[in-house]
Amino acid sequence: MNGHILLDPTAELAPAQRPRLARPASLQGKVVGLLDISKPRGNVFLDQIEAQLAAMGIEVKRYSKPTFTRIAPTPLKQQIAAEVDLLVEGLAD
Amino acid sequence: MPVSLPDGLIVVAKADCPTCRLVEPLLAELAGAGPLTVYVQDSADYAASLPGTLYDQTLEHSYRLGIEFVPTLIRVRDGQEVERTYGWHRDDWRALSGVATLGEGLPLMRPGCGSKTLEPGIAERLELAFGDLRLQSREIDVGDAEDAIEACYERGWSDGLPVVPPTPVRVLRMLKGTSRAPDEVVGLMPPDLVPCTVEKVAVNAVMAGCKPEYMPVLLAALEASLTDAFGLHGLICTTMFGSPLIIVNGPVARAIGMNSGVNALGQGNRANATIGRALQLIIRNVGGGRPGEIDRATLGNPGKYSFCFAEAEDSEWLPLAQERGIEAGRSAVTLFPGEGVQGIVDQKSRDPESLARSFALSLRTVDHAKLALAGDAVLVVSPEHARVFIEAGWSKQRLREELERLLLAPGAELVAGAGGIAEGIPAQFREMQIPKFRPGGLLIVRAGGSAGLFSAIIAGWAASGAVGSSPVTREVLT
Repeated sequence: MNGHILLDPTAELAPAQRPRLARPASLQGKVVGLLDISKPRGNVFLDQIEAQLAAMGIEVKRYSKPTFTRIAPTPLKQQIAAEVDLLVEGLAD
Repeated sequence: MPVSLPDGLIVVAKADCPTCRLVEPLLAELAGAGPLTVYVQDSADYAASLPGTLYDQTLEHSYRLGIEFVPTLIRVRDGQEVERTYGWHRDDWRALSGVATLGEGLPLMRPGCGSKTLEPGIAERLELAFGDLRLQSREIDVGDAEDAIEACYERGWSDGLPVVPPTPVRVLRMLKGTSRAPDEVVGLMPPDLVPCTVEKVAVNAVMAGCKPEYMPVLLAALEASLTDAFGLHGLICTTMFGSPLIIVNGPVARAIGMNSGVNALGQGNRANATIGRALQLIIRNVGGGRPGEIDRATLGNPGKYSFCFAEAEDSEWLPLAQERGIEAGRSAVTLFPGEGVQGIVDQKSRDPESLARSFALSLRTVDHAKLALAGDAVLVVSPEHARVFIEAGWSKQRLREELERLLLAPGAELVAGAGGIAEGIPAQFREMQIPKFRPGGLLIVRAGGSAGLFSAIIAGWAASGAVGSSPVTREVLT
């Protein structure tokens, strides 16, 4: 009973559900990261995205997780957050 | 609202209570004599053959009947309880039921057991489910796999340290610490100027780690901070250092275990730490006063996590709250727009004149040695320093008067540009003797451990008085 209910300590001026970050209106001038989670053929998918973005003149940076079975290492997450504006991740094979 | 009860007899029992088992065989006899309802708190396997038996699995019936012991026997007429007895007392059961031969072979008396409704952790859940209290705060559903403390961080509810997750049961317990109604509005909380209810205070008190018994002190501190004189709105928003400091006087400080002694301004005492923190969390969560948003402090100070201590009251020196109009023997909080702590190390002065000069010299640095009539200050005098004055017959008031005199300074030394320093007071004061503090701007309290010839200055927000903040004292009520 009530094990997972918390009472809101705020003035409740903001919605309880946090909205997603707003999508950028345009990719122009943005840096897009492509994260390979190291699942087979994820690189094929991301190569296609990179080619398309490059054709649009968008700067792309590539990253990869050591293994899809673990969450990304903290230094990698910090590096991505510092270097790119958006991130595309290939989830499945 | 009175609830209509089933007429006849009601028995409330627990299968694992030996006395309930003792009277179990009698229930058929009672059922034969008239309508009988049996509520069983812990099992479907008690008096199960009787048509009037109900497994009170949610304990709602037991809760609504206010059962404290089992077995309890109640007689109901016209939907209203007229009589009850608990435990097994043969004569009482016979009189109440009207069955003159009831329990002939049983002992005269056997005590019962405690009702399941009163077991630890259950009573509050029942009150939330079936009681009159309705908590108004929005319920945030945290996923099974989510860590509740991390969930609080994610939602921006924390000052940076972990908070206690504010579950309904914890908030209910916190509300037991005050006689004030949960929906009572304490005031408009700046900077967003939203109504802050006692319930929201309790939610944030839970998160800060308060005990329920701290609630009266926290509520008094919040009320003091919301006065026009204290000017919390500006204090939250300022680029300067200040933030509410709470000084507690009177019996409540001892009652709730506050620290006024060793390390009084430091860490390690739950009441000191969490009352100050709760006020800061209310500012953050209810008022919306978050650093980097409306809180524009250039540097801030560590007291913005929490800054609260009690005065080490001494029969020789008038406590701060009494100096400020509170009756002796009453408890009070004084709110001060405090910055950090600046130590005064004087291990050589053994007479009050020397020590007062020492204090005055150090007090000059509040805000800036060349500024005056700007920030107020709290002078925290340690017991070893206080003894120097007390043994020489100096009251607090005498010390304050001596300090005010010693702190008069020639305007020529303070004006902008004097001493090759551009900062300073306006040139028009050049020919005047200038006090350091405005009238009433120097507060003196006694606190600290018994060893150490050290005192401390807590400077106040440079915007003092009507243009900023004045100290505010408020009595602590229940």
